[in-house]
Amino acid sequence: MNNSSGEKQRWIYSTTVKDHFFHPRNAFQENENFIADGEGEVGSPACGDLMRILIQVDQKTDCIKACRWSTFGCASAIASTSMLSVMITENEGMKIDDALKLRPQHILERLGGLPDKKIHCSVLGDEALREAINDYFKKSGQENRIPNAPEKVIVCACKQITNVDIEEAVLEGATTLELVQKKTGAGTVCGSCVPELKTQIEQTRKKYFSNNG
Amino acid sequence: MDKNIYLDHAATTPLSPEVFDVMKPWMTTQCWNPGGIYTGGFLAKEAVENARKTVAEILGCLPKEIIFTSGGSEANNLAIRGVMNSKPKETGHLIISSIEHHSVLHTAEDLVRDGHETSIVNVEKDGQVLLENLKALIQENTKLVSIMMANNEIGVIQPIKEISNLLQNYGKNIVFHSDAVQCGTHLDCDVKKLGVDLLSLSGHKFYGPRGMGALFVKSGTPLRSQITGGSQENSHRAGTENVAGIVGFAKALQLAKEIRNSETIRLSQLRDHGIKRIQAEIENVRINGSAKHRLPNNINVSFWGVEGESILLMLNEKGIYASTGSACTSTNLNPSHVVLAIGQGHDWAHGSIRLSLGKSTTKDSLDYVIDELKKVVAHLRSISPVPLTPPN
Repeated sequence: MNNSSGEKQRWIYSTTVKDHFFHPRNAFQENENFIADGEGEVGSPACGDLMRILIQVDQKTDCIKACRWSTFGCASAIASTSMLSVMITENEGMKIDDALKLRPQHILERLGGLPDKKIHCSVLGDEALREAINDYFKKSGQENRIPNAPEKVIVCACKQITNVDIEEAVLEGATTLELVQKKTGAGTVCGSCVPELKTQIEQTRKKYFSNNG
Repeated sequence: MDKNIYLDHAATTPLSPEVFDVMKPWMTTQCWNPGGIYTGGFLAKEAVENARKTVAEILGCLPKEIIFTSGGSEANNLAIRGVMNSKPKETGHLIISSIEHHSVLHTAEDLVRDGHETSIVNVEKDGQVLLENLKALIQENTKLVSIMMANNEIGVIQPIKEISNLLQNYGKNIVFHSDAVQCGTHLDCDVKKLGVDLLSLSGHKFYGPRGMGALFVKSGTPLRSQITGGSQENSHRAGTENVAGIVGFAKALQLAKEIRNSETIRLSQLRDHGIKRIQAEIENVRINGSAKHRLPNNINVSFWGVEGESILLMLNEKGIYASTGSACTSTNLNPSHVVLAIGQGHDWAHGSIRLSLGKSTTKDSLDYVIDELKKVVAHLRSISPVPLTPPN
């Protein structure tokens, strides 16, 4: 325990995460006058993560020209929001339509990965961004561009468990059938949905974890 | 500061050089089997029994009432499983507190699967168990009560003597176990004064070796062995004795007793100084757990609007080693069950950190930590969207 201060401290995440945690980009400064065209927030202090994203949009090019954010959460939450802000503003700004397609795995790739159980709780920035874009659509009279929420379908009728519940369970670390059953109760009564459960788990794993071990 | 500052003594402490010195021969030149019937074997056996005598004297019990184990978790498992399963096929009722260490909590949960019943007595806002709440849970078939002497996260000390009086006055043969793993350095663990039937200790919490613990078992307490395969430890725990560990454990406990009074005074003053500075210099903080009934080395504090893991990782960059009850370092994504149990909301629990002081802690080092903590909390709050003032 008595290392000299010259020795570098070890770190639990990738060096990119470290860089963004200690040197956050585009973080909102209290005294700056940033007029947002759209604003989105996701999470809550009780959940352990809260993110707010503010965007300015260039109406002519339909690109995000500036972004500010603030985040309450662990190091990976702070770093992932910072990275997201870079991704949507770099190279003259991202097209709104492309920004709507951003998902956690895109941020993860740029961050150099995160431990599985961290992904769901700390990579919420894309959701906050979609909210901010929808807010911009509302404020700029483009309500027709607001996408519909993903459809919820019941997979396990006995326990009333939906596809969204299963996706969340997998993202929270229940990566096998047994763990999903334990966590949600799905497929533990009549068992007829077990094949469908397996497919859903596999799909979620592919969607989020394929580049992350 | 040219050294890292270690403030995680509640997790583990460095082995004292004096302890290492007495252990060394038993791992190298005198590596004999205490069960052997050759001179070295007798000498090893003698070393083990002398160590047992030392521990027994400090705990105020008979040497044969001490069982050496592989650590605090094993001692807790042996106490709880050993008593609850003492009679084959007989199930019973167990009472534990809501803030027990996981080695008690999960063991109790596991016993429920075998048909035993478990009741959990909640603690008050200051972290203490109320006697009347405990009393209300006692049933006809209550076999064991397990309440920790001091909590590992918030350092709150329980009224063990009052609890044992209550149980004795009850007139039933309820066995009373206390997990005293956090207490070796700081509290008098005299089992007669405490009135306990079982008491767990862990060596590496008081500058002794890791992988060494002890369980006091009052003579006559029904206890089923959990590790079978040899007659060591009075047939309570099989396995070739860890002579070096046992000798080191006893030496460390002895040294802890010698410095107990002076360290308690010194650390209590440091702790109070630290708490006072945090409260005076950082807004919207809560100290978790009783100020009065508290281990001298424990500071546990929640900061509104910031997350514990972020605080720790920023402190780490400054060479400060501390720990958190935040969800982000746990495996189940829930924040500390202890901070929640004393009535703090999830929002406060996520922002909790623990600074546990020890022999190496000085006023200068603690002041440096608090100076850095102030900067870290201010920075994290500046990028946090959570309103600066918590709701009432």
